[in-house]
Amino acid sequence: MKGLMQNNLAMMVLFSIVVLSAPIWANPIGANYPDLLQKFAIFGIFAIGYNLLFGLTGYLSFGHATFLGVGSYTAVWSFKLLSMNIIPAILLAIIVSGIFALIIGFLSLRRSGIYFSILTLAFAQMAYSLAYSVLTPITNGETGLQLTQQDPRYLDVLAGVVVEDGLPSTNLFGMLMKANGGYSGFYFAALILILSFYISLKIFRSPFGLKLKAIKSNQTRMKYTGFNTKPYLLTAFVISGMYAGLAGGLLASIDPLAGAERMQWTASGEVVLMTILGGSGTLVGPLLGAGVIKYFENIFSALNQAELIEVFSFMPEFLQNILVFICTPFVGEGWHLTLGAIFMLVVIFLPGGIIEGLQRVSGYIRRLVGFDKEQVNKESKEERA
Amino acid sequence: MTHILNITGVNKTFGGLHALSDVNLQIEKGETHAIIGPNGAGKSTLLNCCIGRLAPDSGSVTFNGKNMIGMEPHNINHAGMVRVFQTPEIFPELSLLDNVMIPALAKRDGVFKFNPFRSMIFEHKIRDEAMSTLADFSLDQYYDQHAGSISRGDKRRLELAMGLVQHPTLLLLDEPTAGMARHDTNRTIELLKSEKMQSMTKVIIEHDMHVVFSLADRISVLARGHIIATGTPEEIKNSPQVKEAYLGESDNE
Ligand SMILES: Nc1ncnc2c1ncn2[C@@H]1O[C@H](COP(=O)(O)OP(=O)(O)O)[C@@H](O)[C@H]1O
Ligand SMILES: [Mg+2]
Repeated sequence: MKGLMQNNLAMMVLFSIVVLSAPIWANPIGANYPDLLQKFAIFGIFAIGYNLLFGLTGYLSFGHATFLGVGSYTAVWSFKLLSMNIIPAILLAIIVSGIFALIIGFLSLRRSGIYFSILTLAFAQMAYSLAYSVLTPITNGETGLQLTQQDPRYLDVLAGVVVEDGLPSTNLFGMLMKANGGYSGFYFAALILILSFYISLKIFRSPFGLKLKAIKSNQTRMKYTGFNTKPYLLTAFVISGMYAGLAGGLLASIDPLAGAERMQWTASGEVVLMTILGGSGTLVGPLLGAGVIKYFENIFSALNQAELIEVFSFMPEFLQNILVFICTPFVGEGWHLTLGAIFMLVVIFLPGGIIEGLQRVSGYIRRLVGFDKEQVNKESKEERA
Repeated sequence: MTHILNITGVNKTFGGLHALSDVNLQIEKGETHAIIGPNGAGKSTLLNCCIGRLAPDSGSVTFNGKNMIGMEPHNINHAGMVRVFQTPEIFPELSLLDNVMIPALAKRDGVFKFNPFRSMIFEHKIRDEAMSTLADFSLDQYYDQHAGSISRGDKRRLELAMGLVQHPTLLLLDEPTAGMARHDTNRTIELLKSEKMQSMTKVIIEHDMHVVFSLADRISVLARGHIIATGTPEEIKNSPQVKEAYLGESDNE
């Protein structure tokens, strides 16, 4: 298995199969609807990109939602001004968020450690209040940026596309994103996810990626080894910002509106949680983290007191009351409370995240079937590297 | 010009402490120059002033005729002056092989290179070079272990390998054998004397007189921030000044 995973092609084939067959395996866990599957893919991309900064270099950014938001706004503007085709929207989202990342990264990377994190947080808060109020002409403030029938859509007009009535829909050269019950949107996001994962895999296994890992390990040493670490960090920052912009552009491609709440600090915090929960610095960990968080968010945030009473109805009434009383704060609006608790448990008991948990389990199983213990230890050590 | 490194009139103070006072030192091409002196004499500080970790208060440091003061550490490295640290500075989370491949990559890629689509698997040349350097230091059997997990002596040798793989014009070694067992020390001496390293210009800070006298072409003695003598090992051994300031002291230890 390990040897197979070292092979890029084998890894990509396996990964593609798992992603594209999601509608099948998500069925038994009750996650088989395009809205949720798209979220898995899009936030997976966001987390994969974030991991290229945080996982590889150790620089903890608290402001990546800014780039997600910028990507969404850019995409919606592209729908309004250029075309309902998602290709220009997504390309522009990547480029514009990349420019934002270049500026914010350049300024924030003048410091490291906690000061870097605070700087990114400060920039993110600035961006949020700009979007929420100051830049209302561009962002439409509180209401959020939406399509209107009067939008010029110059490219579409040039191409002779006519919108009969109502609002036009996002499409890929004519194929609507909401076609096939929304599965078109999912498969498009899934293909982009596969491409994003491939790029991340290549970076991880390149000399460039190795140098980023070395910066995380001992930046001072890197300087005396002959590397200018600043441009390395800035490049990683911009790439991860572009991934976030891509994710934001995809969100807008599936549902063409953009609001400031997408840039709020809780959204920045969420991608940090995804990455750490899954296993920061590992290839697939952040993706798992994104999936797990979005899956449980979907379940817990939909629950309410009435449903809890239903869930515990098999119990004697006084027990039922107690459990409902305890659980109520953790569901619905209180889902973040559950998330916080899960996160604390993982950080305390499984600092390597879900990936470490899986490795422990597979190591345990292998020992049970009589695999050489030493080899198992050695492999899990390598995996972490 | 035969002087590869030229240190003239260097001063460095920390608060009220004169760590270096008017230090003059010329390193000749090809020589192994030892710097000895009691703890706290300013030896490490002197090296720090050469490689850009500290800026001297006054004085000049030129390497190959180029001014080094104010230069960024990574540029000093590429100029050909490489430092091996007193406390091992390695990449503890990475494998030994990666630890040696990184300085080899620095040599090839320069201060910055963006090559995210090149695969490490195809870096045969760099890997072979790193592997053979590890083999020179008898570290090749642990090549895939984390550098943080090996013994202290091995870490110091690993750092030496990291410096050597860059083929520097001038290698600055800060107590390369400190904390090593006798047989480890002897192996390190053998390595430093080996053919590959013999032609390289080296500055070695060392406490162990056995190491100093078996390696050095010339010796400088640093005491309380002053160079009190420079000369051949014979001259240093017989200098009354040195005996008083340093050798005498260590005889009593
Ligand atoms: N960065 C620093 N800040 C303050 N004092 C320092 C610093 N580096 C060295 N010193 C002081 O300078 C003196 C010389 O130190 P050092 O060069 O490390 O001595 P040596 O290497 O000869 O043992 C010591 O007294 C040490 O405490
Ligand atoms: Mg010292």
